[in-house]
Amino acid sequence: MKPQAFDYVRPDSAEEALALLANSGPEARILAGGQSLMAVLNMRLAQPSLLIDISRVPDLNYVKVKDGKDAYLAIGAAATQASVEWRSSLVQEVPLLAQAFPHISHFQVRNRGTVCGSVAHADPSAELPLCLLALGGQVVLRTRKGRRVLAAEDFFQGMLMTARHADELVEEVRYPLAVAGQRYAFTEFSQRHGDFAIVAVAAVAGPDGIRFAVGGVADRPRVIVLPRLQGSELDGAINDFAWDLEARDDHHASAAFRRQLVRRLGREVIERTMA
Amino acid sequence: MKKHVKGEVVRIQLRLNGEERSARCEPRTLLSDFLRDGLGATGTHVGCEHGVCGACTVQIDGVASRACLTLAVQVDGRAVDTVEGLADEQDCLSDLQEAFRRNHALQCGFCTAGILMSCDDYLRRKPDPSEAEVRDMLSGHLCRCTGYTNIVKAVLETAAARLGRTTPAAAAA
Repeated sequence: MKPQAFDYVRPDSAEEALALLANSGPEARILAGGQSLMAVLNMRLAQPSLLIDISRVPDLNYVKVKDGKDAYLAIGAAATQASVEWRSSLVQEVPLLAQAFPHISHFQVRNRGTVCGSVAHADPSAELPLCLLALGGQVVLRTRKGRRVLAAEDFFQGMLMTARHADELVEEVRYPLAVAGQRYAFTEFSQRHGDFAIVAVAAVAGPDGIRFAVGGVADRPRVIVLPRLQGSELDGAINDFAWDLEARDDHHASAAFRRQLVRRLGREVIERTMA
Repeated sequence: MKKHVKGEVVRIQLRLNGEERSARCEPRTLLSDFLRDGLGATGTHVGCEHGVCGACTVQIDGVASRACLTLAVQVDGRAVDTVEGLADEQDCLSDLQEAFRRNHALQCGFCTAGILMSCDDYLRRKPDPSEAEVRDMLSGHLCRCTGYTNIVKAVLETAAARLGRTTPAAAAA
């Protein structure tokens, strides 16, 4: 398994990367951590003509807190998952991410894989897109001409499909910081630890209601806002959502099994946020 | 900005286990193949070639990474450490390697080079891990011989010894 030949460019700045993207069209791919893309290239599921390696672009390698009314953790396109995971303050800043990281592949892969790369790849089972959606986070898309900021809900469009245009770089993702009075819970079921989730769930509970997000079932992570229900009313609402996700049978799991996981794991995370 | 066109033969220079080395390869050459075929450093093994099995794990600037999910051109000018560099001198073992030997933490040895490179990085960052944390870190490696129990023991024993807490197994050795 070896990748097909491609041109390789390693820009030194975000501007250089954007100029390359603008001039090269959809056949170019951004290479950041490569933990999804390189596997895809090795298996020849993609054969881009140009790789733009942003892994050494200093102005894209940052993780920083932006204070203000809607404070968030800003993660640049070259920042690795490990650089976020090993922040000693992460559990206070974005507790949902702190809970999700141990489920994301393995230590060795998180060392090199980037947060923006996982979001841009948009695997429907992936944990980082799910957390971004559950928290109501944002994606910053940049071209040579400017930036646009999309809500996670508008960014994810389908299986490995996003609202990104060919000349746009996923420059930054923004995970909202923890808010007093909100509680967060994440869990997932996979066949082996570190495998892609068959079903992953996240809950964010505040005084007004619960954002309940599910990955691995629909063609993209999906979220619903529920009132603070309990008992059979809660079970009923989760069951309705499980059916709305239109699960399909595949070689990992049946649709019925996935719906059952949504019911069980959904109830578990929601109860954890309300306990 | 570095630019290499398709099929071009590129000279890659890196610091392999502390020594400046270089060889030629194409932009599409994987680091795992470059180490073995370009530099003759065959201690790094190639298993699944899509990041699952962990056999090819090396350290790039000290950080455990999959060599099969990295291009050789990406590590130009950087430091790469492999199993060949773990011990201080020829015909010696590092404390971690010695603990693997003592605990029978390897049988066929195919996965061992990658596991050692992960454990070496991990113990630097987390000198006193719990058994659960060691097992979590090892989940990024497939070993079909040992059942992992002895690997876990070897890692915990190394951590304990480095912290000056000698375990019974180490004392007996």
